[in-house]
Amino acid sequence: MEPVKAIEMKGISKAFGSVKANEDVNLTVYNGEVHALLGENGAGKSTLVNMLSGIYRPDSGTVSIYGEEVGFTSPKDSIAMGIGMIHQHFKLIDVMTAKENIILGKNQGLITRNKYISNEIKKVSDQYGLDIDLDKKVYNMSVGEKQTLEIIKVLYRGAKILILDEPTAVLTPQEIKKLFTIVRNMKEQGCAVVIITHKLNEVMEISDRVTVLRRGRSVGTVETSKVDTSTLIEMMVGKKVDLAIKKEKTADAKKLLLEVDNLHVKNSEQKYALEDISFKLYSGEILGVAGVAGSGQKEICETIAGLTKAEKGRIIFEGEDIIGKSPREIIRLGIRMGFIPEDRLGMGLVGSMDIVHNMILKDYHNQPGIFLRRGPSVKKATEIVDKLEIQTPSINYPVKKLSGGNIQKVLLGREIDSNPKVLITAYPVRGLDIGASYKIYDLLNEQKRKGVGVLFIGEDLDVLMDLCDRVMVFCIGKVAGIVNPDEVTKEDIGLLMTGGKGGALS
Amino acid sequence: MNIISISKREDLPQKKEWLIRALAVALSIVCAGLVIRILGYNPLQVIPSMVSGAVGTEIRLQQTILKAIPLVVTSLGILVAFKMKFWNIGGEGQIIMGALGASYVALNIEGLPKFATLILMMIAAMILGGFWAFIPAFFKAKMGVNETIFTLMLNYIAIKFVTYLQYGPWKSPDSQGFPKVATFSNNAILPKLFGIHIGWIIALVLVVLVHLFINHTKKGYEITVVGESQETARYAGMNISQIIIVATLISGGLCGLTGMIQASAVEKTLSATLSGGYGFTAIITAWFARLNAIAVLFVCIAFAILLQGGAYIQISMQIPASVADMIQGIILFFVLGSEFFLQYRVNINRKRLNAKEVA
Repeated sequence: MEPVKAIEMKGISKAFGSVKANEDVNLTVYNGEVHALLGENGAGKSTLVNMLSGIYRPDSGTVSIYGEEVGFTSPKDSIAMGIGMIHQHFKLIDVMTAKENIILGKNQGLITRNKYISNEIKKVSDQYGLDIDLDKKVYNMSVGEKQTLEIIKVLYRGAKILILDEPTAVLTPQEIKKLFTIVRNMKEQGCAVVIITHKLNEVMEISDRVTVLRRGRSVGTVETSKVDTSTLIEMMVGKKVDLAIKKEKTADAKKLLLEVDNLHVKNSEQKYALEDISFKLYSGEILGVAGVAGSGQKEICETIAGLTKAEKGRIIFEGEDIIGKSPREIIRLGIRMGFIPEDRLGMGLVGSMDIVHNMILKDYHNQPGIFLRRGPSVKKATEIVDKLEIQTPSINYPVKKLSGGNIQKVLLGREIDSNPKVLITAYPVRGLDIGASYKIYDLLNEQKRKGVGVLFIGEDLDVLMDLCDRVMVFCIGKVAGIVNPDEVTKEDIGLLMTGGKGGALS
Repeated sequence: MNIISISKREDLPQKKEWLIRALAVALSIVCAGLVIRILGYNPLQVIPSMVSGAVGTEIRLQQTILKAIPLVVTSLGILVAFKMKFWNIGGEGQIIMGALGASYVALNIEGLPKFATLILMMIAAMILGGFWAFIPAFFKAKMGVNETIFTLMLNYIAIKFVTYLQYGPWKSPDSQGFPKVATFSNNAILPKLFGIHIGWIIALVLVVLVHLFINHTKKGYEITVVGESQETARYAGMNISQIIIVATLISGGLCGLTGMIQASAVEKTLSATLSGGYGFTAIITAWFARLNAIAVLFVCIAFAILLQGGAYIQISMQIPASVADMIQGIILFFVLGSEFFLQYRVNINRKRLNAKEVA
């Protein structure tokens, strides 16, 4: 029997102003298959699926669902055709229960037939092997539970085609496994599943076929079993890329640079965001920090950088306690510390200013007099643009108009230029394409060679294990363990992240 | 998709930018002309006489410049605050408080030479205007209180307070019962140069100073960074509260200075109406100048021409004040509306349009 074409998109083009997000893209997804949509950031994956879910309309091309040509004008039309979209950022209401979230927005007349609805939901979730406590409030749920809830929500609305946008980005390895089981169940039930991702190992593990997008165009569709990762990368990037991250062993005797001892930090709700954090950072090493998002990564960075007040504890930088000192006092003490915050344009840089004015952000106040001197920073900007190969029309170009990778290079360039002894980087490759990510890894390794102690907050466990000398695992504001990546598996780290036992302490 | 869709423009060539602006001005004149026609006047007479009423003779030109001076100074004050995204809607109140400070000096301190009196009046005006802006700035910096409503409400307090003084304790005994504050002595009145009080020199100097301050000083840099992102300012180790307070003191101080200029050179006394709406008009001019001090000068002169031309046609052609206001409103609407087309492009989906027609 010929498999049913659940989705057929032909010659899809979509432009935003002068930017062509999609150009002549073709995508065919059959019933009972898991189809991966692979591509770098900005390749047009999200634009494409947003046309499936009725958020955008294509400029040209046709979309057919189960062989019927459709022209969605709103997400409602898309839902009516059985398409369910799970967004990367969950669209749930925190203060409501799972059940309330599921029935939200579904017309149901005046009276809510509680029992009946509960049974209906139960039926759907049993069919796909999903498990959830319907009366649990969303704010009490883990990320994995929220995702399950999102899936039940779209299935309850009759979705037969499921689109998952970067579903694994926020999950632990264990949660990912669970998700993949659900996806396989759905496949067996005859659903069509589209997974958007840029993680290759997941593509290999879960998908039957892959469609690769590059710069808005579809490069091709291949059967997963017939390709290997390096072929996929070549399709994604357009050239061969060596994906191995080199971990260099520095032979020199390591010097203690930074010691964090018994650190406690409260958040704005007066709850502990960090509790009893103690670790040491040595020269010439990259210390990775792993953890579920929001486990205290932001707070540890900002506390060390002097931006957040600590409740108690000590942060000793080369013998000097810097706790309670402002960023400017830390600089005045002659402590050289670089900090690449998570939010590059919102915190690390001034988006509307040019590269020159961003170079002086942290040292302008050391200039004598009341006037601002541009000369030295013009020189610095030129050097950094040159050295890090930043693609920009000129050094007088607003940084927010640069691409993500180039923005990050400006920020990293400035921080490295101050010759730091300690470099704190929070998610330095988030949103960057493969080429730019590897450039950043190279730069971090170069700093390590120079004897800098690097604190690397990461989210991709594969990268953390390949790049870092040691990995510190955070779990709800506490250090769950510090491990040597050569001695443990990804699953061990995953267990630590969620508070399970295991993992060798180094 | 809808037939019309709107998307953000990337970069627009300068030439096209000015073309759009010129088109907006032309369209606004045509539209205003139509309205004048409907009301039974001849637009071919009214519009040229607006222009000639504003710049036609030396005296008219002087009148226009007199209106431009307070607008320029106030706009500069608003600009400093807006650069930091501190929405100072309290220009009116700061002008009035400035005038109050200047008047206190003018009416109570005697025996000083003219120059010293005037300087003292300016200082008093800037302190009081600055203080009026400091109150909301303090609460914004320390407690995050919204400054928009705060500054707006302070306007009414200032106006009512001066009204009280005018009707009560400061009422001049020589005014034969009129609620009027005493006229300043000659010592407290700004001298003239080329037939116009020297406020125009003050305004020009301030344009240059504010331009230098915003673009070439460390404090100006800090203000811009805080306006862009407080997180970035915090990251850079800036003292945000202090920057907010300094910037608003300057903003309020400049508005206060407007009050001194108006009280000293125009009204020659204190009155509750001397702010004349400049505190609000300056918000428009500062925005329209894209928060650029040099551009403020030209925008304010253009605005003053509009105000003066409107006033002139009321007298010369017996056109009601409301019509003059309408003409001003129409021109403003088009010119400010053109900003939308500078930022966004409107795409008309021809294919769909045709498809609809067929169906």
